[in-house]
Amino acid sequence: MQEFIANFANLESLARIYPLLLQGAQVTLLLSLVTIPLAVLGGLFLAVLYSFHLRLLNPVLIVCVDALRAFPVLVLLVLIFYGLPFVGISLPAFPAAVLAIALNNSGYYGEIFRAGIETVPRGQREAARSTGLSAWQTAFAVVLPQAVRNVLAPLAGNTLELIKTTSIATAVALPELLRSARVAQESTYNPTPLTAAAVMYFVLLWPLTRVVARLERKMIAGH
Amino acid sequence: MRGLGETFFNGAVIAKYLPALLGGFRVTLALAAAVVTLGLLLGLALAIARAFRIRTLNWLIVAFVDVFRTLPQLVVMIFLYFGLPYAGLTISAFLVAVLGLGLVLAAFAEEAFWAAITSIPRGQWEAARSTGLSFAQALASVVMPQAIRVAIPLLTNRTIAITKGTALASVISVPEILDQAQSAMSLSANASPLVVGGMLYLAIFAPFVAFSRWLERRFGWII
Repeated sequence: MQEFIANFANLESLARIYPLLLQGAQVTLLLSLVTIPLAVLGGLFLAVLYSFHLRLLNPVLIVCVDALRAFPVLVLLVLIFYGLPFVGISLPAFPAAVLAIALNNSGYYGEIFRAGIETVPRGQREAARSTGLSAWQTAFAVVLPQAVRNVLAPLAGNTLELIKTTSIATAVALPELLRSARVAQESTYNPTPLTAAAVMYFVLLWPLTRVVARLERKMIAGH
Repeated sequence: MRGLGETFFNGAVIAKYLPALLGGFRVTLALAAAVVTLGLLLGLALAIARAFRIRTLNWLIVAFVDVFRTLPQLVVMIFLYFGLPYAGLTISAFLVAVLGLGLVLAAFAEEAFWAAITSIPRGQWEAARSTGLSFAQALASVVMPQAIRVAIPLLTNRTIAITKGTALASVISVPEILDQAQSAMSLSANASPLVVGGMLYLAIFAPFVAFSRWLERRFGWII
């Protein structure tokens, strides 16, 4: 037990690597804060386009959303970071991670918003259009506010998943929380930095997990 | 345009590395099958155990679920891979990946199965018990068959998302598709293996995404 604590919760090495982990947490937060709005906007754009029911466009949108959802985000990131330089486009790690995670999550958010929009009765749209609002005005002022309320649980759940996904930026050497912990672990020769990073992820994200769980339960009870 | 073709769809490079990529394809399939089996069975077992409402046990189950719902999959995997040897346990990277992803899936599956169990009306329990069935019998032959049907649409998207996480195993050098594609890419200085790898992922996951879309339409669930 003594040895176990000396390995996994070594205070001495914790004190040494603490600043590194804090910097990592900042990068994780920044990456999340930049990516979430982009992914939400991407998803909204896809879903609102879909809601116009343009016959030729909708099958294309479905294929796009499904391809984004079927493609592992780490593969997308590797393709952007290591593949694009072959055609002369070299993105630094941070924008590459933002692009990969935002594209991937646009698919998820798009699907959630699309499902939400379908829960709003047609009459709402027709009434709005008949008062003279344009298609885009109707979508944003009448349909979406109601749609969002119906899919609050999956929206919150997906946002939590997005923040967790930022840890894949480790694979392109972006010094976010997980990467910092790995670097620290290699320099201290003990796994305490990994324990500390796991605890930091848990402390940061657990409140959101509880909120998501509550929203989901409410939604299931409402069915 | 010819340059693009040679960089991303180079026939000679693809022919050379296709056997390695197909080997990766088989590893990904094995990994995915093991993760889904472990995750869903463990999740189901935990939800059933929770139905017995033993206080300490339930507390442990809730703690397990919260931890593995909150921590990013890659953090769990890296913690197990680099941490376990310090505790005197050395297991293969493949098993670490199965364990890491399987535990995360188990946490989500437990939530879904438990939500489904609690959504079954009390009357079903009471009627089953009043016909002389024991608690365990009522659970096994009356409540669970209905609960599993409720849980399936709740679980499909999550199962697909976590199974896509098999690509994360490349970070701990499990020779699955992404790992093979990345080494082929650096050996050949050409992006074609990665493009083929991406297609192999689509071949695995696109049918499941289409299936989940069909399920959602059929059951009217959004999650």
